[in-house]
Amino acid sequence: MLGTTAGRLYWMSRNLERGENTARLIEAGLNIALTRSSGALSEWASVVATAGSTARYHEIHDDVDAEQVVNFLLREATNPASIRSLYDSARENARSIRTALTREVWEATNESWMTISDLLANPIATTELPAALRVIKRESAYVRGAMHGTMTRNEMYDFAQLGTFVERADNTARILDVKYYLLLPSLAHVGTRLDTMQWDTILRAVSARRAYRWSADGEISPTGIAEFLILDPQMPRSLLFCSRRIGERLSYLCPGDAELASQGIADDLTERLADTSIEVILDEGLHEFLRRYITDIASISAQVEQNFRFHG
Amino acid sequence: MTERQHFDEMFGHGDTARETYAGYHQWFSGEDTKRLITKAHAAEVLFRRTGITFTVYGDGSTNERLIPFDIVPRIIGAIEWARLEKGVVQRVRALNAFLHDLYNRQEILRAGRVPSALIERNDAFVPQMIGVTPPGGVYTHIVGIDLVRTSEDEFFVLEDNARTPSGVSYMLENRETMLHLFPELFSRQRVRRVNDYSRQLRRSLAACAPQSANDTPTVAVLTPGVHNSAFFEHSFLADEMGVELVEGHDLEVRDGHLMMRTTSGYEQIDVLYRRVDDEFLDPLNFNPDSLLGTPGVMDVHRAGNLTIANAPGTGIADDKAIYSYVPTMIDFYLGETPILNNVETWRCSDPDSLSYVQQNLADLVVKEVHGSGGYGMLVGPAASRRELADFATKLASNPSNYIAQPTLSLSTVPILTDAGLAPRHVDLRPFALVAPDEVMVTPGGLTRVALTEGSLVVNSSQGGGTKDTWVLED
Repeated sequence: MLGTTAGRLYWMSRNLERGENTARLIEAGLNIALTRSSGALSEWASVVATAGSTARYHEIHDDVDAEQVVNFLLREATNPASIRSLYDSARENARSIRTALTREVWEATNESWMTISDLLANPIATTELPAALRVIKRESAYVRGAMHGTMTRNEMYDFAQLGTFVERADNTARILDVKYYLLLPSLAHVGTRLDTMQWDTILRAVSARRAYRWSADGEISPTGIAEFLILDPQMPRSLLFCSRRIGERLSYLCPGDAELASQGIADDLTERLADTSIEVILDEGLHEFLRRYITDIASISAQVEQNFRFHG
Repeated sequence: MTERQHFDEMFGHGDTARETYAGYHQWFSGEDTKRLITKAHAAEVLFRRTGITFTVYGDGSTNERLIPFDIVPRIIGAIEWARLEKGVVQRVRALNAFLHDLYNRQEILRAGRVPSALIERNDAFVPQMIGVTPPGGVYTHIVGIDLVRTSEDEFFVLEDNARTPSGVSYMLENRETMLHLFPELFSRQRVRRVNDYSRQLRRSLAACAPQSANDTPTVAVLTPGVHNSAFFEHSFLADEMGVELVEGHDLEVRDGHLMMRTTSGYEQIDVLYRRVDDEFLDPLNFNPDSLLGTPGVMDVHRAGNLTIANAPGTGIADDKAIYSYVPTMIDFYLGETPILNNVETWRCSDPDSLSYVQQNLADLVVKEVHGSGGYGMLVGPAASRRELADFATKLASNPSNYIAQPTLSLSTVPILTDAGLAPRHVDLRPFALVAPDEVMVTPGGLTRVALTEGSLVVNSSQGGGTKDTWVLED
């Protein structure tokens, strides 16, 4: 397949994944803002930080305000990471590579884009926000379902999956990194209502609240959450899970013995995670660990672009 | 009884359905118009959802628009079609013979049958093609011939599209839509299939592959990109044929061949179905500022290692000033009498014709020689006094840029409006595919319809719509 096509499939999947994650992030922020009055603003500030958009946000807004933040993340045209911008660009990519998509995937992407563009044509009031977020998550599931159900398991699917897991790995790591201090053992004994709520937010942001409770027999502990989101081999958004999927897809894409640079980094990364424990990670510094992970994911992505000739 | 001024393809000049439309009309009469209008809206949703749109630029923003689709089919009888088909094949053969001659011995010029001046001063003539005979001798592989009808048995050729004719995706999607909306109609009447087009396109392109290609030549469709107004058609055709859709930045000339960059290296292309204009094809050989093209692609073509469909320089055959010589070509190369007539044409470069046109401007249709899409065109009878005066000034300052034709009484086919059936003017673009030893015409084509009452302009960029075109079986 064409390098350009592979690149567009990859970025289309990344953007769709990021859009969905941003919707969850807003949902988590909303949850905390609804249940508490004081400190809500700092919560919204941390949502913007997690989305990696603090600098851009302050280019257009001076202060942090719930509705401003929400609309900035949902529909701000000058924010390339707003859900609307992400869908615009995913749909544009999809349109340009229609020949690589099944009819179902194309139509799902196109329809989702139409629905979301209509939905986000005007500012969303806080009261309408839960319903709007539900629509966005549903549309995202629709596209994902079409991909899963209709795409031939060939290299096109591999590039789409690669994009999904690279983006997801990055997003989960960022969520953890913004809240990392809440997960440090030194604070474990505090266990105030605020902390419980914050932990809950982290789990909600990666859609893992129930899964975690089941796996931890209903007990919430910061170390447990960190372990679950970093090292759980079955949780589909954990760092270990994402790294494994990235390595797998790269090995399908690169038959034969010659290992690609991207695959080398991915395999090292997975190995490092598989061989460690949460105690070691916390001991060596959670923040440092997460920064390194984010950097590694970025180098994998850069290598993928080169290895598969996305741009020449 | 209604007396119709223009020939209506469903009702003739009266109000009973002509034989070709009898079956459809009977069905229509038994239908509830409201239900049909609801169905028509459903078609629009379907088009929008599947992204069958074209891009319109203006007001600093881009918009994707639908070409309005009318659900009343345009129906052509078997005998009518047989004649059209023969006429199109004849014309396409003559155009290819002309192109070959023009870029080689130029006998038609030497014989004085076509004036040399028309070629020498023409931008559509591509000197880089002199002495080049593409594989199979085919210059224009895909041709669209625009026809209009004026009476029960009179068809005229309005223009030839020999460079990169578009609209074939609408022919195919319109049929899909009709099958989807009204499957019952197709069991009542035997309509010839159009959906073989893509398979035939790939086959005829492969048949024109250069000798350097292997048994299954690699075909690719070249598009200017997602922002091009016809992008949907480009991706549609690549998808239907099962070949790669490429842009200039995917291509590179290496070791004398055109290659596309894939995830595992470079792969040779044998046949390039290009949907970009000549001047954007190769910055080394044509427009040096073009970012769309691939440097050196023309050299690969000249060396015989790549088929470009349609070949560069084919535009000289569909130039509006050359158009009036097509009957001459048919006589000169084929020794035949034209089956389809040209519309009488005054070339304003000729002083006598110019003065005729100037005196009769209000009755004529005047077109730019190189214009397309209905832009820069004057429809005399529909123009205001002011528009006529402005156009007269333009004409006087550059006469050779214009040709003029009489205003034809174009046939109408009804469209469905809220008030029921209403006649609207139509044209027809059948598509021909050219292989080295065969010209195939798909039974059907693109019917464009002027949706505004009385309007003669059918171009989609100017408010035209389309219809499904049926050719009935014997």
